[in-house]
Amino acid sequence: MSWAKRILRVNLTAGTCVEEPLNMEWAEQYLGQRGLATKYLTTEIDPKVDPLSPDNKMIMATGPLTGTAAATGGRWSVITKGALTGAIACSNSGGFFGAELKFAGWDMVIFEGKSAKPVYLLIQDDEATLVDASDYWGRTVWETEKGIKADHQDPQMRVASIGQSGENGVKFACIVNDLHRAAGRSGVGTVMGSKNLKAVAVRGSKGVKVNDQEAFDIAAMAGKAVLAENAVTGEGLPALGTQVLMNVINETGALPTHNHKDVQFDGASSISGEAMHETRRSDGKTNMVRNGACFGCTIGCGRISTIDPTHYTVKDREQYQIASGGLEYEASWALGAATGVDDLDALTFANFICNEQGFDPISFGTTVGAAMELFEMGVLTTKETDGLDLTWGNPEALTILAELTGRGEGFGAEIGLGSKLLTEKYGHPDLSMSVKGQEFPAYDARGIQGMGLTYATSNRGACHLRSYTVASEVLGIPEKTDPLSSDGKAGLVIAFQDATGAVDSAGICVFTTFAWSMDNIAPQIDAACEGDWTVERLLEVGERIWNLERKFNLDAGFTGKDDTLPKRLLKDAAKSGPAAGKVSELGKMLPEYYSLRGWTEDGVPTNETLDRLVL
Amino acid sequence: MEKALVLESAKCTGCEQCEVACSTVHEGVSNPARSRIKIFAFHDEGRFVPYTCTQCDEAWCMQSCPVDAISVAGTGAKVVSDTVCVGCKVCTIACPFGTVNYNTATGKVIKCDLCDGDPACAKACPTGAITYTDAQATGYAKMKSWAKATDAGPQATA
Repeated sequence: MSWAKRILRVNLTAGTCVEEPLNMEWAEQYLGQRGLATKYLTTEIDPKVDPLSPDNKMIMATGPLTGTAAATGGRWSVITKGALTGAIACSNSGGFFGAELKFAGWDMVIFEGKSAKPVYLLIQDDEATLVDASDYWGRTVWETEKGIKADHQDPQMRVASIGQSGENGVKFACIVNDLHRAAGRSGVGTVMGSKNLKAVAVRGSKGVKVNDQEAFDIAAMAGKAVLAENAVTGEGLPALGTQVLMNVINETGALPTHNHKDVQFDGASSISGEAMHETRRSDGKTNMVRNGACFGCTIGCGRISTIDPTHYTVKDREQYQIASGGLEYEASWALGAATGVDDLDALTFANFICNEQGFDPISFGTTVGAAMELFEMGVLTTKETDGLDLTWGNPEALTILAELTGRGEGFGAEIGLGSKLLTEKYGHPDLSMSVKGQEFPAYDARGIQGMGLTYATSNRGACHLRSYTVASEVLGIPEKTDPLSSDGKAGLVIAFQDATGAVDSAGICVFTTFAWSMDNIAPQIDAACEGDWTVERLLEVGERIWNLERKFNLDAGFTGKDDTLPKRLLKDAAKSGPAAGKVSELGKMLPEYYSLRGWTEDGVPTNETLDRLVL
Repeated sequence: MEKALVLESAKCTGCEQCEVACSTVHEGVSNPARSRIKIFAFHDEGRFVPYTCTQCDEAWCMQSCPVDAISVAGTGAKVVSDTVCVGCKVCTIACPFGTVNYNTATGKVIKCDLCDGDPACAKACPTGAITYTDAQATGYAKMKSWAKATDAGPQATA
């Protein structure tokens, strides 16, 4: 119950779809989604496998609360070895696809091998078939999703697909579902493309049953009340989305700008959530149209936006004069502050293209920022960029590069390498703002010290969603810590990492944790699932997952030396704002982190730690 | 007092908590495919619209049923009796609004029954897009907002 207790194994080489029972022993140790799929993946693949080889596998996984009435219970994840990083990848998405997969009666789908021809997987309750997708190869996410629904005359169908970027090997390609929700990071879409798998379409009518309906109703309802009453989940996020952060983080002096040369952006307010609500002169409307919630979400942080119809990007292109997925904070930062572009409509357009063609706006924007710095230095010239002027803040460079990257054409193909390979190619690897090959999100490690350790130790490469200490250091959740101090941050990061591992394995959204503690989450899981699910047990699950992911990365060839940050953050002090004069104190935090984790000085989990966690 | 569901699409975020609640109450499982209320997304226009049975007074579904499986409950809801329904689907044709649908799992039709006067969808809606109010005053919230708007304008004086 709440688990469907069965998985679908799709062998793309053989063209077979086979049902298997879910390994319930593992479910009790890893809960679901991120944890459980990581257990399957790491058991089944060689850690040293080339991410784009048929021997890599890719798992689409739901959690036990996916599809239930739990607030935000629509989450699902893609677990594989990442194309961008070569590390464990786990990209989490919302929308409606995950819940639909569960309604069809499947906890997860394991893809193995590689199809000889482009195919998509069609799931209708118990029936699963591979369908020829040659008509869709070369098409966008939006065309594919709308086309497959039309082919089956089923508007209720849910589709997750890749765009041209995933087909063309853009290193940071996403898997996009419901038109603009994405398993966004680490190049999971690139892996999908390498398997000649264009899409997964699913329709389910079996539903999800919980173990103790009465107890679950009480726990889920109580959880919703907490979200509604909380200032962040009940007010800030519904009103302004994650973009509520733009001005806040800029004022904190932790808004990485111009490829992390600066920590504050003059144009921040122009690309903020508040700006999305300003009335345009041209048509009297606002960028922001509507809150669009994912399945079961009572917060509704998603933005549905339009672009100014007179803006250069869309004035002659009616197909983009529509409402679609708007800017969230990370995208607005990467497309904007990282590149110095303060044109809200240009950013919204670039974001539309990221969704339409299926690539990660964080890695894309950061890579464009790196290219712009190389251009300003004279290392890149208009000769290499096909005539594009990559001066800081040029909106046309950004929007043209978005389209070129999506199609894998011209200099866009080089942007598609990601910042690590691009800067290496041009002889300046220090200018890649990344860890383990994955670009930073929107918080500067000098102005928010805990985030430096978060990035350095993140198992999937630089990421804010593995331990969002911003909650504590800036927003005071669960309690305020000083963002400029590294004291106590090792313990803080570990606490966030372990809790997040459990949340990411349950089927709910990590944004609930602005309001929910594990005391709000455990009763929902406990009522939904068989067995006793206490806070302690969930945190142990989180710790077990973290160590399993770490172990996979070490076996893949990563070492403690990879737990580091670019020189810029360790040596070049922040120039302005509250963090002026500060560098990241990673060197101070990391040894304490290893020690508290029960790892050696080289960052390897000790046998004692592994035994304690039954690994 | 007879009450009715009031659907204010402008407040809907499309989260489907109503569909989960409806299917849980009626089917014992979270299963939007069996929900009596549905949210429709008009994606390119940025609109989400909840829709369900409005409980017509002279209900076409009820009048068309050849076996009298549909009756009027105390709440005014038109309710399908599963023991009488033969699954002929004539009501699904008769309903002008499409709010009566066939359940392939049971061979019966399903429609909104107002949950015996305590609709689960209204309780589950996080934004107030679905409310259950006095059936004679379902327009009052809209009237109130227009009243406020008209009163804010220039006033004629004697």
